Amino acid sequence: MGSYFIRRLLALIPTLIIASIIVFSVVRLIPGDVLDLMLSENDYSATGHDTREQLERALGLDRPIYMQYLSWAGNALRGDLGNSLWRNTSVTSEIAERLPVTIQLGVLSLIVALTIAIPIGIYSAVRQETIGDHVGRTFSIIALAIPNFWLGTMVVILPAMWWGWSPPNDIVPFFKDPLENLKVLLLPSIVLGASLSAVVMRMTRTMMLEVLRQDYIRTAWAKGLPERTVVIRHAVKNAMIPVITLIGILIPILFGGTVIIEQIFRLPGLGELLLQSVSTRDYPIITGIFLITGVVVMLVNLLVDMCYGLLDPKVRYDG
Amino acid sequence: MTADLSEKLGREMTGDPARATDEQPETSTDTLPPPAKLPLRYRNRFVEFFYRLFTERPLGAVGAIICVLLLLTGIFADFIAPHGYNAISPLDRLKPPSAEHWFGTDHLGRDVFSRVVYGAQLSVIVAFAATTLSIIISVIIGLFSGYLGGRTDMTTQRVVDGWMCFPDLIILIVAVSVLGPGTWQVILILGLLFGISGSRIVRGAVLTAKENVYVHAARSIGASTGWILWRHILPNVMPPIIVLYTTRLAAVILAESGLSFLGLGIPPPAPSWGGMLSIDGRSYMFLAPWLAIMPGLALAIAVFGINMFGDALRDILDPRMRGGTGRYIARVRKPGGQTT
Repeated sequence: MGSYFIRRLLALIPTLIIASIIVFSVVRLIPGDVLDLMLSENDYSATGHDTREQLERALGLDRPIYMQYLSWAGNALRGDLGNSLWRNTSVTSEIAERLPVTIQLGVLSLIVALTIAIPIGIYSAVRQETIGDHVGRTFSIIALAIPNFWLGTMVVILPAMWWGWSPPNDIVPFFKDPLENLKVLLLPSIVLGASLSAVVMRMTRTMMLEVLRQDYIRTAWAKGLPERTVVIRHAVKNAMIPVITLIGILIPILFGGTVIIEQIFRLPGLGELLLQSVSTRDYPIITGIFLITGVVVMLVNLLVDMCYGLLDPKVRYDG
Repeated sequence: MTADLSEKLGREMTGDPARATDEQPETSTDTLPPPAKLPLRYRNRFVEFFYRLFTERPLGAVGAIICVLLLLTGIFADFIAPHGYNAISPLDRLKPPSAEHWFGTDHLGRDVFSRVVYGAQLSVIVAFAATTLSIIISVIIGLFSGYLGGRTDMTTQRVVDGWMCFPDLIILIVAVSVLGPGTWQVILILGLLFGISGSRIVRGAVLTAKENVYVHAARSIGASTGWILWRHILPNVMPPIIVLYTTRLAAVILAESGLSFLGLGIPPPAPSWGGMLSIDGRSYMFLAPWLAIMPGLALAIAVFGINMFGDALRDILDPRMRGGTGRYIARVRKPGGQTT
């Protein structure tokens, strides 16, 4: 039991190192002419990056590559991701300021997606080839084809046109005023959750169908158990295990979704900071966000795997 | 189909083992397969595929029709579109849909219908270019990593692991921030992004395929790795690759439009569907909702068509990848019913 978790934890280390190298290489991809472009596009004199050399130093491009990587990775491990090129704030504090909104949006969307998808998926499988199943599958097919940015745009535009109503976007911290906070985040979460639910619904349905044809389900029927018990006690419990792993797959998609949804609903999250930094070419912030999203995805996957190990003893023995 | 192919290859192997060790395989390839029979079989398979598509998977057939229409719209955009995609006409600003402008006009007086048609062309170009690139990358990584195994596989897979930690859209945004927006950059980045993640699927198929007896046979008579990969493994992993290609087309179209929506994809005035929906045009959309509806509808229909076609393709070509379908519950619940 314990060894499974330890092994899983150790396996994280090489991935983490490789991921950090990927992030670092992308930063190194910044070609020299971009530095010139940055200088010609922007006036950095106020921040003390007005010559090429100073900019190179600020980005750490003036040292040998391995030194750059080691010092960058060392600082990152200590939570220091450098400073913004524009404001004299640390990247870590900028990200920490934006992260709660994104995490909250992500978690709410996930809750919305699961509450829509799992019951419909189960119903669809249990009542296969009925009208309810067809309606559920049609919904998931349509939801899969509608891009979340289009759905979001329509949700913002149509009510504004018809009733002159537009979604609120003055976010307040959750712990200050939970109700006001949810009021702002609810609609964006529903939009993002709905577009995610299609995948979960399909997966739930497939897994349920898989489980429903197992021998132990036949036995349960043969014992004369009521349908409720067979479905909930015997089938759903087993079908949900793979669906939990799906959450690990959904997290990266969720991150991408939050970037788009934050833009549409003008929420001050991580994605908004990322896009803003892209337009101002604030590379330390871009790098920081890149790294943070990778690490968060990795940690969530670790958690999911551990839950998987707890729920399904077979996994632990196979290694 | 897979079994068919492997049987064919197996027959070739036993029929003339000397061929596998041939120093110049190029010269001997055309002499070997049973002449005149193969084209007929392929044609039958092709016909059979469409027969099954239309009879077993009607939704997939609808998808196939949408794909063909999208393709034709892309190819003949110049003839279909009544106006140029960037034909500005300030007098016709924000006109609602009419006989002259089917989908209305935008804030510069450009015909939205023409822009949607040219948008199909752009989507088709980007989708095919990026997907082809990504499949080439996937196949190369997947074949070598899966077939060579051992340390090569370990190292490659750890790198792929690391790469796949990052959300697609974040990688795209960061890459665009470095390379700058533009059609070629978008194709390159999308190709690389999906190529690396898709290599997993190719690798998985290779791991299964390389355990076939004829692969062992080929290796034991001294066939080179390249020859085995090309002649024995690749034909066998073709079905999942074809399925991957189709599903990736939709993913690429969505990713491109998402990027363009954020203003980081293909820069205006190019008529990208995502770009037409972008934040910059938001203020006009309140006045002219057709600006928001039409490109989005085109995008959704295209993605729907490709998805449906891809699903059907997977079910027909590659039964191993199929999820739980069938009517098990009905069989299980009927007393005395046969369970499979």
